[in-house]
Amino acid sequence: MTPEIGYAMTAVSLGLALYGSGAAALGARAVRPGLIQSAQRAALAIFVLITLSMGLLVYAFLTFDFSVKYVANNTNLGTPFYYRITALWGALEGSIVLWSWMLALYTLIVIVRYRTRRPEFYPWTLSVMLGILAFFLLVMTLPAPPFQRLSPVPPDGRGLNPLLEDTGMITHPVALYLGFTGFTVPFAFAMAALITGRTGDEWITITRRWTIVAWYFLSLGLLIGGWWSYHVLGWGGYWSWDPVENAAFMPWLTGTAFLHSVMIQERRRMLKLWNLTLIILTFGLTLFGTFLTRSGILSSVHSFTQGAIGAFFLAFIALVLLTAFGLVAIRGDRLRAQGELDSMVSRESAFLLNNLFLVAAAFTVFFGTVFPLLSEAVRGVKVSVGAPFFNLVNIPLFLSLLFLMGIGPLIAWRRASLENLKRNFLWPIGVGIAAAAILRLLGVASGLTLLAMGLAVFVTVIMALDFYRATRARLRTGERLLPAMGGLLHRQNRRYGGFVVHLGILVIALGVAGSQAWSVQTEATLNAGETLEFSGYRVRFDRLSASEESNHFKVTGTFTVSNGQARPAVMQPAKKFYPQEQTPIAYVDYLMGLREDFYLVLGDFARDGSQATIKVQVNRMVTWIWIGGLVLTLGAALAILPDPKKA
Amino acid sequence: MSTELVEPRTWRWGKWVIPFAVLPFLALLAYGFRTDPRAIPSPLIGRPAPPFALAAFDGGRVSLEAMRGKIVVLNFWASWCYPACYEEAPVLERNWQAYRDKGVMVVGIDIQDREEAALKFIRQFGLSFPNAPDPEGKVSVDYGVYGVPETFFIDRNGKIRKKHVGAVTEELFRSEVERMLKDAT
Repeated sequence: MTPEIGYAMTAVSLGLALYGSGAAALGARAVRPGLIQSAQRAALAIFVLITLSMGLLVYAFLTFDFSVKYVANNTNLGTPFYYRITALWGALEGSIVLWSWMLALYTLIVIVRYRTRRPEFYPWTLSVMLGILAFFLLVMTLPAPPFQRLSPVPPDGRGLNPLLEDTGMITHPVALYLGFTGFTVPFAFAMAALITGRTGDEWITITRRWTIVAWYFLSLGLLIGGWWSYHVLGWGGYWSWDPVENAAFMPWLTGTAFLHSVMIQERRRMLKLWNLTLIILTFGLTLFGTFLTRSGILSSVHSFTQGAIGAFFLAFIALVLLTAFGLVAIRGDRLRAQGELDSMVSRESAFLLNNLFLVAAAFTVFFGTVFPLLSEAVRGVKVSVGAPFFNLVNIPLFLSLLFLMGIGPLIAWRRASLENLKRNFLWPIGVGIAAAAILRLLGVASGLTLLAMGLAVFVTVIMALDFYRATRARLRTGERLLPAMGGLLHRQNRRYGGFVVHLGILVIALGVAGSQAWSVQTEATLNAGETLEFSGYRVRFDRLSASEESNHFKVTGTFTVSNGQARPAVMQPAKKFYPQEQTPIAYVDYLMGLREDFYLVLGDFARDGSQATIKVQVNRMVTWIWIGGLVLTLGAALAILPDPKKA
Repeated sequence: MSTELVEPRTWRWGKWVIPFAVLPFLALLAYGFRTDPRAIPSPLIGRPAPPFALAAFDGGRVSLEAMRGKIVVLNFWASWCYPACYEEAPVLERNWQAYRDKGVMVVGIDIQDREEAALKFIRQFGLSFPNAPDPEGKVSVDYGVYGVPETFFIDRNGKIRKKHVGAVTEELFRSEVERMLKDAT
């Protein structure tokens, strides 16, 4: 019975969403508050219904109800407890449930926050959000029903994709979807602004914090994805320009551009058309990301699921883009800039360049991702562009962005005077060059690495100098040090939150630059008792052991690793054999460190345990990437604190 | 007459450029449906089927050599492969019964499986055609099996005529086998 109830609840939610979307729009046009209230009640009911059906699905997982196809496909009797809950979003159908639930939740928050406060935008925003929600409910009803029955009922399920049995995979999709769905809110407000013709900067002020929240979750999702790739896939990397990664990276790039360009509109009334275009693109790209991963039009190492939903998504993307850009065209006459660019040496132009580079990067990634499709359509040949293409084009763009990260926040609006430039940038440039020179003397040969590190130092010094000057100014008024700094962070949370986020990005950039430049790896076949020396480490192969786990068979190698200083560590990389998988899954063991990680992967082995082939990597500075993620979290938290000046 | 009406001509039409710019992009994505990124044609089509000899579950021996002169439908499956293998098992059994007297052999090769689970699968569907495990995975490597189920249609001369990925349907089985039967006569 459970599946039927779940299906019925989905269908009812779909009806309610369609009704609510229409009622809110009609209520706004005819100014009938009753209709808008009715739409609100519909949204509340949808949230309750989706929550319940999600609960039913979890219940089906926990009770191993293999009569539900989705459960049978994503668990088996051996699946551990936690993964039975997270198997909910282990594949397409459940992911859509989670997505709809988040969207319904965001819709509720919008209702609670703006019901009385923004009467001019609110009903339209509600209508757009419910319309988008209706699409996802439609997907849940027709092409990807999570409650589909399976007959005959199998005695055991297929099991979760073993690669997903990992803590990273518990959190990664949640963060990513919170980011994806989060961009719906600014998009919906943008649409409301276009529909009502209030294309000023109100919608931007309202959605500023929403955008930061969405952007932050998207960043977190990307970072956790990298972390998962690093410690699960066993190739020692965190990013491979795979279509699925690109799918999440593109909205991040345009979202980042949007986050910056809205500041110019707020300040200078410029870029109205551009901002609308960016948020439409960002929202479109979140849909495109799902389309890409789920439609099966491109081949990827981890497009986990596919289905007939590609056509639905394509139709919806078409609807969204054509409607949204159509509205932009209709409102075109209201979107002309009221301000003008005064000088090329100004904060406006720094931000414009930032936007230009970010969008160029997004376009590059887009182009590289759909290139196989393009080449097949045009030339009939399937050709993929790999990491070399993406790196070649994007590295210069990203380095330029790092540079602008230093310039943007400090250069004067309108027209920077020579005095302004000298005061803010002379010292940092000097220190940056000095840092690069010192690194060069220490033996760093790669120009790219020197440039990246020099830029990171340059930007850090700029921000430190600014914070130092601001603190000093407060100290002069008689404040003490800590209250002065705290007060600064609190009163100018938006500015310094941004600084901290930038600092996080810098730390990530250092991690990426360092790991690309200095990581080393080797492979070796060792007899039992034999020792390999590599890059200051001694690895001794002790033994192999086998064990039967709840849902797989595991062969574990035991190795003793010492690097001359610390006590020797015992490391146990393994290979896991899942009955449902063709190839064994590597279980990586590594010693994490600030300077470097020692990363050990078990390859082939002799069945009697006499011999094992290992892949050894010394990955430098990778930990910095994760630390950068933490810094970024702090910064984003600071930036979304309520504005003290308004409160 | 208000000044707003003297809108430059270029802008009036130019503003529709953005919505229209979306169209080629949508067309490209739609084109994507017509292609299958995974469809990598098997180089084995038209080539002699790699020989194999395996110990069947029922204790007998299954060898391709011994079936020379017959049409062979070689099916790779596993008990854990839901739902495709469960969908096609009755189809294979039914057609084996229908065609066995016309010189058609159906052979199942069970890969990456546990024996008791495999035996249970065979019992569940009452499979009566020869089925054998591929313990070393050698046969599936020879045939370039990428996943289960995959089915190879081998003609009387021992040449692979077609490779099918996914569950075998009634129509597919009949049309392929009938085609090969016709060719031979």
